[in-house]
Amino acid sequence: MKAIEPHLPVLPVLIPLFGALISAFFRRGTMAWGMALVATWGAAAASWLLLAKVLATGQPISYLMGGWAVPWGIEYRVDVLNAFVLMLVTLVGAILMPYARKSVAHEIDQHVQAWFYSMYLLSLTGLLGITVTGDAFNVFVFLEISSLSTYVLIAMGRHRRAVLAAYQYLIVGTIGATFYVIGIGLLYLVTGSLNIADIASRLGSAPPEFSRPILAALAFLTVGVCLKLALFPLHVWLPNAYAYAPSVATVFLAGTATKVAVYLLLRLFFSVFGVAISFKTLPVAQLLLVLSVAAMLIASLSAVFEENAERMLAYSSVAQIGYITLGIALANQSGLTGSIVHLLNHAVMKAALFMALGAVVYRLGAARISDMAGLGRRMPLTMAAFVLTGLGIIGVPGTAGFISKWYLALGALEKGYWPLVFLIVVSSLLAVIYIGRVVEAAYFREPTESNAKTKEPPLSMLVPILALAALTIYLGIDTRVSAEIAASAAKMLLGGLK
Amino acid sequence: MTLVREFISHYNYLITIFLMIAGLYIVIASGNMIKKLVGLSLFQTSVYLLYIAPGKIVGGTAPIIDPAFKVYSNPLPHVLILTAIVVGVATLALGLALVVRIHEAYGTIEEDEIFAKDGEI
Repeated sequence: MKAIEPHLPVLPVLIPLFGALISAFFRRGTMAWGMALVATWGAAAASWLLLAKVLATGQPISYLMGGWAVPWGIEYRVDVLNAFVLMLVTLVGAILMPYARKSVAHEIDQHVQAWFYSMYLLSLTGLLGITVTGDAFNVFVFLEISSLSTYVLIAMGRHRRAVLAAYQYLIVGTIGATFYVIGIGLLYLVTGSLNIADIASRLGSAPPEFSRPILAALAFLTVGVCLKLALFPLHVWLPNAYAYAPSVATVFLAGTATKVAVYLLLRLFFSVFGVAISFKTLPVAQLLLVLSVAAMLIASLSAVFEENAERMLAYSSVAQIGYITLGIALANQSGLTGSIVHLLNHAVMKAALFMALGAVVYRLGAARISDMAGLGRRMPLTMAAFVLTGLGIIGVPGTAGFISKWYLALGALEKGYWPLVFLIVVSSLLAVIYIGRVVEAAYFREPTESNAKTKEPPLSMLVPILALAALTIYLGIDTRVSAEIAASAAKMLLGGLK
Repeated sequence: MTLVREFISHYNYLITIFLMIAGLYIVIASGNMIKKLVGLSLFQTSVYLLYIAPGKIVGGTAPIIDPAFKVYSNPLPHVLILTAIVVGVATLALGLALVVRIHEAYGTIEEDEIFAKDGEI
């Protein structure tokens, strides 16, 4: 243990990477699942130890890859913000894994199950790598590792549209990643460095009027990362990808992938450019504000009219990402706290909702809202968890969603943007309608013939769903873990400004 | 005159920008899935130029430590772009594999024909 401890920052990346290699060699899906379980829990343990260590010392942990000194070598740098993101990504993974075995065995052909787990672990490696690394080009490499494996995960869906959705995501995702590299290239040409902290300090000594390459870099990076996090007009790939991917892949993506992209946006806006540059020279904040509000309203409206429950939740994800970027656009302590805490809260709630739908797919083979008639009596626990976390998405007090919206509303009021509070409420009311449609079908309609004999999913699927539902309530009542860490991360981001 | 000289001295950037926009245009404008991938590849390749060209210093040699040489080209962009090339190849290979699967499922690789069969998704 003593010998491993200095290498703690690299473990969340190494464990799933080697796990992916090993699980690719198994023939049987169950063996590969065992490997994925061990690797995910190992990465989770390492991430949580890191978070505890960062919180205890209050100082960022720096790890030099291969011992090369900072501007030349790759540095892994863990502070409160990315330790928090590491924690939430591995939390979703760790709770998802017990659920995955039955669901994957049901939805994916026996001979490719091992590949599925291998791709899942690679995707996890990429996401954790983006989060933990302090090197801008290294971020691109991990971004592509996670993206390429995600395309494969989506293409493994049952419907033939899954391949089409994967192709469309590949095109959009690659454009996004290439925009990111162009942005980093321009920054590299100006500063001569790839280390995020080093770029920031070299930009800091530049004159207040920023040169055109830096503004171009900011524009390219913003658009590239926003494609990845599915900010409103750039979200078109997301509903299809979520709807046609295998259930386990959907849960994983909805819980983690967009959150890591948001983390990257936070890092770029605050740690690299500093809010002063990115928000005064270009009207980034105003743009982000308008697009966030558009996401909150238009995507929620799309969700209301969606017949496929998985697509409905996917549109809801786009709307919830609108809340997160809204807090970034506000760029004050409360707004940022709301954004960061909503990363965790939304990850927990959306993972629970998609898991519940995955359980419905496991029993019924599809998740159209009309198919879910009468399920409240057939699958009482699953649907109860769906309703609880659905209340969280709406933002009912006592659930996790309320905490995030509370901070966002505070942030908006501090800025004097009081109409925003009204818009947040309108978006929540739209959430009442789309979550309500599922509730109406499940509780107030008679079961159809096909689902009259349905019962609860197996225990290994049910327990993770209930655990996440309980977590939604817990995070809504006890905010010591979530909101306090988020507040200190927000303080750090705002404190690093020039 | 100075404008023309400025244009000519920055010709590498002009080529890069042309390739970038041409690639992106093909991705957006073409309905054929293979052609889209060709455009995507072109777009990615233009970024290689963006990195490599400024790394070259006029009169510089390869970065080998020798008292006879004083000026070296920057080797780091080459290393970065080697990585980016690998990523580009992997993306293209995966994209083509997906197109093969789409062709098996739908019998066509034209976007409008696929949407006609399955409805716009």
